[in-house]
Amino acid sequence: MKSYTDNIKEISKRLLKEDKVDMVIGYRTGSVPLMHQPFFAQNQEEVDEFVWDSNCGLNLANYITDRTERIGILATGCNSRNIAVHIVEGKIKREQLYIIGIPCKGMVDRHKLSAMADGDITSVEDENNGSITITGQNFSKTVDKAEVLQENCSVCVHRNPVIYDELAAEEVTEQKRDDVDPYARVKEIEALSPEEKWAHFDDLLSDCIRCYACRNACPLCYCPLCFVDESNPQWVGKSIDHTDVRTFHFLRAYHCAGRCTDCGACVRSCPVGINVRDFTKKLEKDCLELFDWEAGLNTEQRPPLDTYRPDDPEEFIK
Amino acid sequence: MKVIRIDKNDWAEGIEKIRKTYSLIGPVKEKFYHIFANLGSGQMPDMEFTNSRISPKYIIYPQSEIILKCSMNAEEEDYKIYREPEDKEYKEKAVLGIRPCDADSLPVVMRNFDTDEYKDPYWLRAFETTTLVGLACDAPCPSCFCTSAGSGPYNHKNLDVMLIDNKDHYLAEIITEKGEKLAEAAGWQDKAEGIADEIAKRKSDAESKIESNVHTDNLAKQPLLDLYEATSIWEKAAFACINCGTCTYVCPTCWCFDIQDEVYGREGFRIRNWDSCMYPLFTLHASAHNPRGTKLARLRQRFMHKLKYYVDKYENGIQCTGCGRCVRLCPVNIDIRRICNMMNSYDPETCTCEATVS
Amino acid sequence: MENPYIPYPVRIDEIKTETEDKSLKTFKFVFLNPEDEEKFSYRAGQFAELSIPGIGEIPIGIASSPTEKGFVKFTIFKTGKVTSYLHSMKEGDIMGIRGPLGNWYPWETLEGKNVVIIGGGFAFTTLRSSIIYMLDPENRQKFKDIHVIYGARSPGMLLYKDELESWAARDDLNMHITVDSCDDPEWTHHTGFVPTVTEQEGPAGTEDTYAIVCGPPIMIKFTQPVLDKLGYSEDRIIMSLENRMKCGIGMCGRCNIGKEFVCKDGPVFTLQQLNQTPKEY
Ligand SMILES: Cc1cc2nc3c(=O)[nH]c(=O)nc-3n(C[C@H](O)[C@H](O)[C@H](O)COP(=O)(O)OP(=O)(O)OC[C@H]3O[C@@H](n4cnc5c(N)ncnc54)[C@H](O)[C@@H]3O)c2cc1C
Ligand code: SF4
Ligand code: SF4
Ligand code: SF4
Ligand code: SF4
Ligand code: FES
Repeated sequence: MKSYTDNIKEISKRLLKEDKVDMVIGYRTGSVPLMHQPFFAQNQEEVDEFVWDSNCGLNLANYITDRTERIGILATGCNSRNIAVHIVEGKIKREQLYIIGIPCKGMVDRHKLSAMADGDITSVEDENNGSITITGQNFSKTVDKAEVLQENCSVCVHRNPVIYDELAAEEVTEQKRDDVDPYARVKEIEALSPEEKWAHFDDLLSDCIRCYACRNACPLCYCPLCFVDESNPQWVGKSIDHTDVRTFHFLRAYHCAGRCTDCGACVRSCPVGINVRDFTKKLEKDCLELFDWEAGLNTEQRPPLDTYRPDDPEEFIK
Repeated sequence: MKVIRIDKNDWAEGIEKIRKTYSLIGPVKEKFYHIFANLGSGQMPDMEFTNSRISPKYIIYPQSEIILKCSMNAEEEDYKIYREPEDKEYKEKAVLGIRPCDADSLPVVMRNFDTDEYKDPYWLRAFETTTLVGLACDAPCPSCFCTSAGSGPYNHKNLDVMLIDNKDHYLAEIITEKGEKLAEAAGWQDKAEGIADEIAKRKSDAESKIESNVHTDNLAKQPLLDLYEATSIWEKAAFACINCGTCTYVCPTCWCFDIQDEVYGREGFRIRNWDSCMYPLFTLHASAHNPRGTKLARLRQRFMHKLKYYVDKYENGIQCTGCGRCVRLCPVNIDIRRICNMMNSYDPETCTCEATVS
Repeated sequence: MENPYIPYPVRIDEIKTETEDKSLKTFKFVFLNPEDEEKFSYRAGQFAELSIPGIGEIPIGIASSPTEKGFVKFTIFKTGKVTSYLHSMKEGDIMGIRGPLGNWYPWETLEGKNVVIIGGGFAFTTLRSSIIYMLDPENRQKFKDIHVIYGARSPGMLLYKDELESWAARDDLNMHITVDSCDDPEWTHHTGFVPTVTEQEGPAGTEDTYAIVCGPPIMIKFTQPVLDKLGYSEDRIIMSLENRMKCGIGMCGRCNIGKEFVCKDGPVFTLQQLNQTPKEY
């Protein structure tokens, strides 16, 4: 995706030169394959470090919470929606931001690619033609990008940014809900019996070490003191008791309901590869079905669990 | 040193024998990755692995460990009097296939848990009852830098036995008495003679495959406060960090912990859990003052601890064995090799440093 | 192998509310096993972990003096989980203490010297221990002039009021008590902040005069320039730090300032030492 990178650099340099922003937040090339680093540039040389390809997975909305500078920021579909959520929730002002919209073709899943490789991957080439080539000491393999996309990207229906000041490339064709079913996995779980569901979630969380990387990678989890960290009262114990682990995951998912954009940063960051999207995606589906709501599509409306409407589908609230 | 030849056909039988006296732990593949886990009866270690995703430190230092116990029942004699749990057993255990870099992390951590004034009985007892059967590393990961971090792919100095995979057999260096005892229990006694040169060659081959390194020669000489105040190092690095603590949880040489009390039924437990300098709560005072209240301060603490405070305090190298886990797993690619080289090359006069990863 | 995590069981022998707002209480503990008192042999300036089974452990400076036998005393400010629980406990309740931990004021160095003690708020606990220790008939002649400057918000917020009065009545100790403000016409002591009183009443910082300073950060910040002016060199200003602690034995990793652990290498440091470490306290 050379042209993406070039355009991003050009726009960023212009913004800094014209003193429209104090910094531009993007990514620079990582020191290991599949891992680019969120990075802020304040001058032309730093902008030259910018890169864009399918390894830019961590959500940049994380980096603008409560900042006071004028910020240029790259935003894919999901990132732009998280920026919108931030604006609605008062974590940043729209006027502070110059949003460089990135029509997104999806991020690759490093767990899947590693599992396909015959050894350690030393370099990844994104051909920008729908294929990815991974190379290691004794192998080189070209795979179809669609097969190694992060799961959230492969079912994404908002690839183009929803708010932006300028696009860095032409819009991409959106996937339609008729072509990809974003909730196929949720439906599989919904179809399980209560016992099977319990077993599924038990297994899902069995390796969790409660490092909270999933929470910290999430732009929604900006609370100064997370409920799991509170000591007075202490809601959750701190050792690896299964009840506490579940409590953390269930409650966090609910705190994100109607706000989560399925950016996948949580799953990407988990050191033990837990698919916490099994929780958040279900709540996303519920919000769509019950409230006809998708998070972060505009900068005015507050999320449904935060508002009251007389036509609320739940009886108890009326 | 005694070297034994273990035919791979006899491997399983030997393991069955040692199972009688040791509980066994070894690499097993789970979903995508390898972890070290208890080997159930009949289960064999999967020795075809690079290294476990998370370090095996939890074998000796569990993530969550009950250290004291008492009754919460006023009728009982130990009501609210904490004691060591009587049911804590330290059975002999053997770890099969641990990599040299992970074994080399143990003396690094021991300097914290075994001091002149205080000894941590839990860590030490677990350490003493563990026999380490290491596996030399012939195909190190591209992100490992053990040879410049005081370890190496054939480093056997902290192993009891070191296995070298040699096609249809293992060569086993018997390093300590513990190792001798284990080899005896397994019935491995087929002496391999005249292979010293071959092992030396294998060792240098493996070492030459380590592509990356860190420069540490200057760290001890750098004035501590100059490094601490080197904002040119800390500001850019801290920006990306999300304080997730992954780097410290997966690291074999990180030892920090928290102590918590919990009550289950009518018993009280004092439990120690891994903790991390990356978390704001780690240092938060009850008054809400936090001496390391910023992300920058916390990130700096991690690197200053590993690469400066530790270096100065123990004069025994850095608090890192170059296993590369934090490099591979940090979700935002904060690379200790890069930071180490920046700290090593920092010039307080000009406030500049070289940011290289080689 | 001695297990450094096991607390000595103690019984709460007496609880005294110290301040008018009831936020500070002094707890007197008696060891359940008399031989533990021997093992818990301490110096003024050290601290201990108070252990409440099922609730948690907190580091607290020892307020009693090694010269007082048969009990140990701590004065505790109610603030969070453990301290609140402790404030709800009753005389006779069983809990634990673990220690003594950390270093102490440099008593060997202080022998033959003038000592000025400067304290503010409830950080007066180990200073009480020190005063009682120095005033002990066995010890008093080891020290030259002793000054104590102690301040609180109001008269009702002063700790150890009876003792303060009895010290003020002595002629082998110069006692300067102060409160931020006071409208009681009977108040015979100073009004004003500790730094100001130090400037007026504090002895000059000669070669053989040492200052021990303990108090809230704001007091320390403004007292330091005053001590400078009075001529105290950095190595003759002694301070006691508080950082969040868990193990108290230099293992859990949280209380460090640079390579020093406040729990094990401190809590007592000279200003000279502190100026060579990161200011992470
Ligand atoms: C050397 C030393 C001496 C002290 N002496 C006294 C004293 O004489 N009297 C007094 O009232 N207080 C003293 N403190 C402060 C006291 O330890 C804290 O107020 C107390 O730990 C708060 O615990 P909590 O559970 O009520 O608060 P929470 O906020 O609920 O804290 C939970 C945990 O955090 C830790 N923690 C929180 N704040 C602090 C802090 N400021 N210092 C250390 N650990 C903390 C503790 O481990 C505590 O268990 C001292 C602290 C230190 C380090
Ligand atoms: S990142 Fe993974 S291991 Fe860590 S708390 Fe989240 S799910 Fe658990
Ligand atoms: S793993 Fe990376 S992002 Fe997470 S705390 Fe460590 S350095 Fe920061
Ligand atoms: S700091 Fe990183 S490379 Fe070094 S031992 Fe820890 S995890 Fe391994
Ligand atoms: S790097 Fe941080 S978590 Fe690791 S041992 Fe040091 S202080 Fe503890
Ligand atoms: S309190 Fe644990 S190291 Fe100081």
